Amino acid sequence: MTYLTKPKLHHPDLPKNSLGLTRRDYEGAISTLCAGCGHDSISAAIIQACWELAIQPHRVAKLSGIGCSSKTPTYFLDKSHGFNSVHGRMPSVLTGANLANRDLIYLGVSGDGDSASIGIGQFAHVMRRGVNMTYIVENNGVYGLTKGQFSATADRGSKAKRGAINTDEGIDLVLMALQLGATYVARSFSGDKEQLVPLIKGALTHEGAAFIDVISPCVAFNNHEGSTKSFDYVREHNEAVNQLDVITVHKEITTRYEPGEVQEVRQHDGSVIRLRKIEEKFDASDRIAAMTYVQSRYAIGEIVTGLLYFTPKPRDLHGSLNTVPQPLNQLGERELCPGRAALDKLNESLR
Amino acid sequence: MKLEAVNDFVVKFANVNGSGSASANTLFARAILRMGVPVSPRNIFPSNIQGLPTWYEVRVSERGWLGRRGGVDLMVAMNPQTWDKDLAEIEPGGYLFYDSTKPLPKSKFRDDVNVVGMPLTEICNAAYADPRQRQLFKNIVYVGALAALLDIDPAELEKLIGEQYKGKEKLFEPNVKALRMGRDYALANLPKPGLQVRRSNLVGDRIFLEGNSAAALGCVYGGATVAAWYPITPSSSMAEAFAKHCRKYRTDPDSGKGRYAIVQAEDELASIGIVIGAAWNGARAFTCTSGPGISLMQEFIGLAYFAEIPAVIFDVQRAGPSTGMPTRTQQSDVLSCAFASHGDTKHVLLFPEDPREGFEMAAMAFDLADRLQTPVFVLLDLDIGMNERLCQPLKWDDSRRYDRGKVLNYNDLEAGKRFGRYLDLDADGITYRTYPGTHPKRGAFFTRGTSRDRYARYTEEGSAYVDNMERLLKKFETAKEFVPQPVHRRAGKGSRFGVIYYGSTSPAIDEALASLEGEALYVDAMRVRAFPFPDEVTDFVAHHDHVFVVEQNRDAQLRTLLVAEAMLPSEKLTPVLHYDGTPITARFIHSQIAQRLKAFNVSPLKRTAATGE
Repeated sequence: MTYLTKPKLHHPDLPKNSLGLTRRDYEGAISTLCAGCGHDSISAAIIQACWELAIQPHRVAKLSGIGCSSKTPTYFLDKSHGFNSVHGRMPSVLTGANLANRDLIYLGVSGDGDSASIGIGQFAHVMRRGVNMTYIVENNGVYGLTKGQFSATADRGSKAKRGAINTDEGIDLVLMALQLGATYVARSFSGDKEQLVPLIKGALTHEGAAFIDVISPCVAFNNHEGSTKSFDYVREHNEAVNQLDVITVHKEITTRYEPGEVQEVRQHDGSVIRLRKIEEKFDASDRIAAMTYVQSRYAIGEIVTGLLYFTPKPRDLHGSLNTVPQPLNQLGERELCPGRAALDKLNESLR
Repeated sequence: MKLEAVNDFVVKFANVNGSGSASANTLFARAILRMGVPVSPRNIFPSNIQGLPTWYEVRVSERGWLGRRGGVDLMVAMNPQTWDKDLAEIEPGGYLFYDSTKPLPKSKFRDDVNVVGMPLTEICNAAYADPRQRQLFKNIVYVGALAALLDIDPAELEKLIGEQYKGKEKLFEPNVKALRMGRDYALANLPKPGLQVRRSNLVGDRIFLEGNSAAALGCVYGGATVAAWYPITPSSSMAEAFAKHCRKYRTDPDSGKGRYAIVQAEDELASIGIVIGAAWNGARAFTCTSGPGISLMQEFIGLAYFAEIPAVIFDVQRAGPSTGMPTRTQQSDVLSCAFASHGDTKHVLLFPEDPREGFEMAAMAFDLADRLQTPVFVLLDLDIGMNERLCQPLKWDDSRRYDRGKVLNYNDLEAGKRFGRYLDLDADGITYRTYPGTHPKRGAFFTRGTSRDRYARYTEEGSAYVDNMERLLKKFETAKEFVPQPVHRRAGKGSRFGVIYYGSTSPAIDEALASLEGEALYVDAMRVRAFPFPDEVTDFVAHHDHVFVVEQNRDAQLRTLLVAEAMLPSEKLTPVLHYDGTPITARFIHSQIAQRLKAFNVSPLKRTAATGE
């Protein structure tokens, strides 16, 4: 299999965003994943979100680990630099990239094997550090490329395609992200574009560690009866807590909502997050309550989706390290090298 | 018998870890330096915070030999736990200085060793009420006493204390008082040993600093902005020194913000991942670690090699394998660094000989990594890294510019310069890269550890894979021009015998060659400073009948590399190996080489007029 490019013929009437770009300008190579794979829907949602936000494609750096999900950055944003790193280690590579240039948008794409098994350590620590990024896990509960072994997010008691029952407890990355200090935490379903696109937009405009767990059924190995990550199961047990709209600074607010129904929060970058509550008892600004809520619904077999927690004024690693506002990769000798006079002085003090 | 020596002896302090002896002992060494007499101190310490034995060995050498000599002329035995071993180490006719507060049976001494007893505990208990003060000042008291016995100028000691406690006058007075207390007692009560320090002017403008600190400073001068690390002996002090230097030299004076980012990562895997991510994105980045960290980083190092991302890795080597002897020195990571990772890989290695070269090679490593777009290893070791060493002053040329290598910027791309990430346009194996975010339409590519074609497109075509692997070899060949060239030294007469060595072995070799020459045994020497080996290394071996390869590891790792990579005949290369965790000595090298030269039937050449004898 080699690299496939898409024909660049555009329909003249394709809608354009404020940069004059069509959705096609945000696409990548043709996907080599299985037909109907949930991951391709997530790629489409990423394209849609970036297009709607009118992000300059080349100002995004897309990073991934290894696995089916980690292949997807090839399938969107082909004007962006991409980095398909090593298994489970995307978070550290992304952290380093972010430290080098704080001005780009960092999009990390990973899978459940990549993030919850081999890479759980790096997943945890990138959240703790509050790296400014959007971290998407395309979660299918299974190892696709190696043909169907359980991953660590598979629920206990769920059934593999060949009939094996998973006896190990499943890891909920949403709960971990909440506990470890991510400042924007959401869960969605690859089959629900209406919900997913705004969640990605919110994450991309969030200036801290944003995490989205996207349940993404594996059509080849985890879409059968007895799986808790199949299309049917997720559709039946999906419990959305809210509905989201993200309005950038440049865009006029047109939609009207009844007062009281909608919560508006201005983010640090000026964009506004509009949250329409579906579940009355749920409060997305309360981290502890979110953790409790997710767990209590899980106990009765429901998968809670939506924006589960966010703070409009997040901390980020550059803030913690107190780095200069200029990207570090743009500093030269003048800013970095103390020069000969300083060295002579130092020599003097070492005699 | 009493040993007699002026400016040429070894003092060893046997202490208990955590007792505050380190700063007192350093004071002792620095005072001798200030008198213009070269010293070479070494910390010999356990993997422990408090309670286990620790030693500080100071070699005083008018001739300027900075290697470890071996043997002890004056033992300062402050640790009852190690008494027997310490006593045994003293040369016949040497001296034992000890705390005589508690009487010891005669069986605890040696007839051929001169004993100098001083009731240190008694003196301190009388002078101080606080137990912590009694302990801390005891160290200063013995320094005061030793200084008096060895004729170390008390003014130099007091000046050093003044510099140390500048702005903390409250601490200055009691320290000077303790120093004088020791001195007064010694002058009134103790016999003078035959060892003496005499003022000289042999230190010149040389400086005294630790290799880890020097290498960290080299990173500051070399423009590193991102550092990621995981604590491990003996490299932690390098990361800490980088933080200290950055606070001093890299803080924006107006905003107080830093022109650097340091992350103490969760492990070595994350450390190298952060370095690779930062370097991919155009920042100069490094990590510092030791052997176990290199083992953990293997997969990522292969990625950096294959995806061609600059990365600078400092390996402050210690004794392996596994946890080995974590606080002892070795040169045993040469092969694991040279061929780090699975598949066919080779990496650039630099071998600094001392802190000064640690500084230079650190700064140079960033230029090399950017120029060659590959990982560059700087192989320090514990002996260089964690000891203060007398070396030439650090130098920097203000006209020097960073070599950022082949990077296309916005204007290049806008002007339509040809770009293929793995396209060898200059026939040197080095291709052009772009940083993320450079141009809206041109220059983006996908970085991956999987095989790809010249335009960075994923492929499993055998021919494209081979094409790429061959280009990487070509690039490694190109590296030979850029790495530091070896240092070649001909013996007085020229010789059919040669010796190859590297890194911290230098001072011991200098001394050994001089002593061999003193016996009219002449050996030419080559100090290898980098891998890949420049052609001069091959020529050196070709021009000698026989070459000794001196290393501080069991398996003759550099020799393996010489045979495998420079295609040198193994029968010409005789390993001389020292690997017990202590720094190699001139005595060891001398005896090994002299013995083997005899086996080759070499009789000492007649002394010539040139040597003046």
